[in-house]
Amino acid sequence: MRATSEAELAELILGATAPFAIRGGGTRLVGPKAGDVLETDGLSGISLYEPGALTMVAGAGTPISEIEVALSAENQRLAFEPSDLRDVLGTIGESTIGGVAASNASGPRRISAGACRDFMLGVRFVDGAGNVVKNGGRVMKNVTGYDLVKLMSGAHGTLGVLSEISFKVLPDVEMQLCLRLEGLEADMTVAAMSAALGSAFEVSGAVRDVDGAVLLRLEGFEASARYRAEQLRSVLAPFGEITVIDDQVICEDLWRDIRDARAFAGGGDLWRISVKPSDAPAVLEVIQPEKAMLDWGGGLIWAEVASGKNVRAKMGVAGHATLMRASDTSFAKLNRFHPEPAPLAKISAGLRARFDPKSLFNSGLMGDAL
Amino acid sequence: MDMPRPDSIVLSRKAELVSHLLDILPEDAVIHDEVETRAYECDALTAYKCPPLLAVLPRSTAEVSSVLRICHEMNVPVVPRGSGTSLAGGALPTADCVILGVARMNDVLDTDYPNRVIRVQTGRTNLSVSGAVEEEGFFYAPDPSSQLACAIAGNIAMNSGGAHCLKYGVTTNNLLGVTMVMMDGEVVEIGGAHLDSGGLDLLGVICGSEGQLGVVTEATLRILHKPEGARPVLVGFDSNEVAGACVSDIIKAGVLPVAIEFMDRRVIEVVENYAQAGYPLCEAVLIIEVEGSDAEIDAQLSLIRAIAERHNPVEFREAKDADEAARIWLGRKSAFGAMGQINDYMCLDGTIPVSSLPMVLRRIGELSIEFGLDVGNVFHAGDGNMHPLILFDANKEGDLELCEAFGAEILKLCVEAGGCLTGEHGVGIEKRDLMSVQYTPEDLAAQMAVKDVFDSKWLLNPAKVFPLDVSELRRAPMAAE
Repeated sequence: MRATSEAELAELILGATAPFAIRGGGTRLVGPKAGDVLETDGLSGISLYEPGALTMVAGAGTPISEIEVALSAENQRLAFEPSDLRDVLGTIGESTIGGVAASNASGPRRISAGACRDFMLGVRFVDGAGNVVKNGGRVMKNVTGYDLVKLMSGAHGTLGVLSEISFKVLPDVEMQLCLRLEGLEADMTVAAMSAALGSAFEVSGAVRDVDGAVLLRLEGFEASARYRAEQLRSVLAPFGEITVIDDQVICEDLWRDIRDARAFAGGGDLWRISVKPSDAPAVLEVIQPEKAMLDWGGGLIWAEVASGKNVRAKMGVAGHATLMRASDTSFAKLNRFHPEPAPLAKISAGLRARFDPKSLFNSGLMGDAL
Repeated sequence: MDMPRPDSIVLSRKAELVSHLLDILPEDAVIHDEVETRAYECDALTAYKCPPLLAVLPRSTAEVSSVLRICHEMNVPVVPRGSGTSLAGGALPTADCVILGVARMNDVLDTDYPNRVIRVQTGRTNLSVSGAVEEEGFFYAPDPSSQLACAIAGNIAMNSGGAHCLKYGVTTNNLLGVTMVMMDGEVVEIGGAHLDSGGLDLLGVICGSEGQLGVVTEATLRILHKPEGARPVLVGFDSNEVAGACVSDIIKAGVLPVAIEFMDRRVIEVVENYAQAGYPLCEAVLIIEVEGSDAEIDAQLSLIRAIAERHNPVEFREAKDADEAARIWLGRKSAFGAMGQINDYMCLDGTIPVSSLPMVLRRIGELSIEFGLDVGNVFHAGDGNMHPLILFDANKEGDLELCEAFGAEILKLCVEAGGCLTGEHGVGIEKRDLMSVQYTPEDLAAQMAVKDVFDSKWLLNPAKVFPLDVSELRRAPMAAE
């Protein structure tokens, strides 16, 4: 199934009788494999871009690459750094803004700039009864009614099919610097990242890579970035001596690889785990990953573990774990999304029943209870 | 302002309700004397008043849960209240409601600097959250202008913003988790010190739901280290258009100030008379604040100066020291008070795309002449969040109604320009009946469906946000039961 306009999309959904999977660019592999596929690539195109107001409006099927080209011409960017997971998930195709929004895909800058959901200003979508619904708008501050924009962001299509997204963009930066710190134990890497993130020096990325090195990113006008790098040298002195990388190409590649979790390309079960940063070392200790990277200052663990291992059962701390990549056997045994506590699962199920009364959208993808 | 007819059954069961509440709360936490309930008859939208049936002041999540269980059982509407600073009537009672005030729940539960979060009870005031962490150099970023008084509970309910949200975002961007009591008394935990949701983003829809989905009793908030310093500049222009263009150029240039505030001629004149801040008497003044080390501030300000000079400002004043910085902010900070000295005023809160600023300001000027009411504009220009202040005389017959009609026209104008009815104050009762200007019946039905799920009897703050005729069928079964 394919819609080339919102009206067509609404008609399709109104007439649908069997569940289907929603597909933007197909790069994130989240939809269920069963059922028909509804393609959103026909709902494509940037309809509004006001660089002076930092806002863009685009059809849900608009490729991220097209958006990035338009933004880069005005020296702006998507500050939440949506990941390109094609390498790590072994997918092809073009990531779309609708897919990014539906999965709340946020990269390393999530800790400073915010998540995808924080940049979404408005949505248009078609609910399961075929109603076209809009929420939010294209202005940066908007508390007019309930914030269904947030609800749709990260709903993975289970509440409606997005047709249009308005979002906030930010200026690109003059330069970035990467600070590197080596030879620390896991708990000390998190402590070092916390010290940097808890400083006044606006760190926009804090990672412990798969080899155990701590990488910090500073961005902005050159003089400012260099000043802050020197300040952080003293802040981090108790943890060791930092090396500053200022080659822009090296820095960009490095953070792109982190964003896209490329160190995990071509392996087994891959988990993305959100925890309180200081809990990360303990989680690593109990899940014993074959390979792990800590992003978000420790708050996001990317972990490759033995096939079929239930990371959620072992975590032992508050947070959630999403199974990003696994064999069919592992997926059959472990749900993709973290089951919710019963009272929340009940609310979520209630919302799905109201927004998708015929259970059409990505049925069974989310919503398990603990 | 229409409000639903009080439920006569609820009114007739007041004594029974009081008795149930006194079983679970200490005597001083149940306010049912008709003189004392008057303290809760309105919030900061003082044009509308109605004493509640009674008010309760619980001290714990467990007490809130017990109160809600009783009210749910007896079909009594509940209006949650933080500090009562809402400008939109978010905490306005109905005669048949229980006001649930969280003011006594104001403890800091946990401060966690390594993870950059603080856990508080939601009756705590906004400013005292920053106060609790300032010794370590941290702060809580959202800064509504009522921050000395307003409670985190209300900030979450209204998704409050502030002058510095251009850089730091509004409440929803700084809220990581809540403990919330559902209308039937069930206590739910959502989010925490970790980021984002593993399932649906329920936290995202709870923030800004105006106390209609549950009563938030505890919150985990993101805290940040304070910048090394901050410095404002004042730039005067001889036209609104040029000031608007300057804002747009600054943003396009890649500088992201923490605040860009705008005042028009009417406001400048009034604050000069009132506070003598030494502002230039011109058509528009911008106050732009940047942060960082001294050198970083100098660099940003020289860029801003270069951009501003392309627009021929009548004045560009940089603060040389803390005293001058305070003087630059003095006028802006006293603007509302100064306007209040002249007359009563109504403060609107529509948001527009920054590019529409000149058109919207011009049209507001025309409307001011049509309605014969004076208006001043002071607002957050960086994000297009306007605050037109319409002056009127509350003692003059018909003036309030005229002012409301004028306000409605301005808000419609904001929506037409691609903006919205409210950027940070919330809908409450004030903008309730204009919701249909911005949203279609389907749009509103989708929002109301969320309330159906959280509060199936529509007992929580039921007469707010949605036009009464639109929500009538949902509210009706409750009265009929």
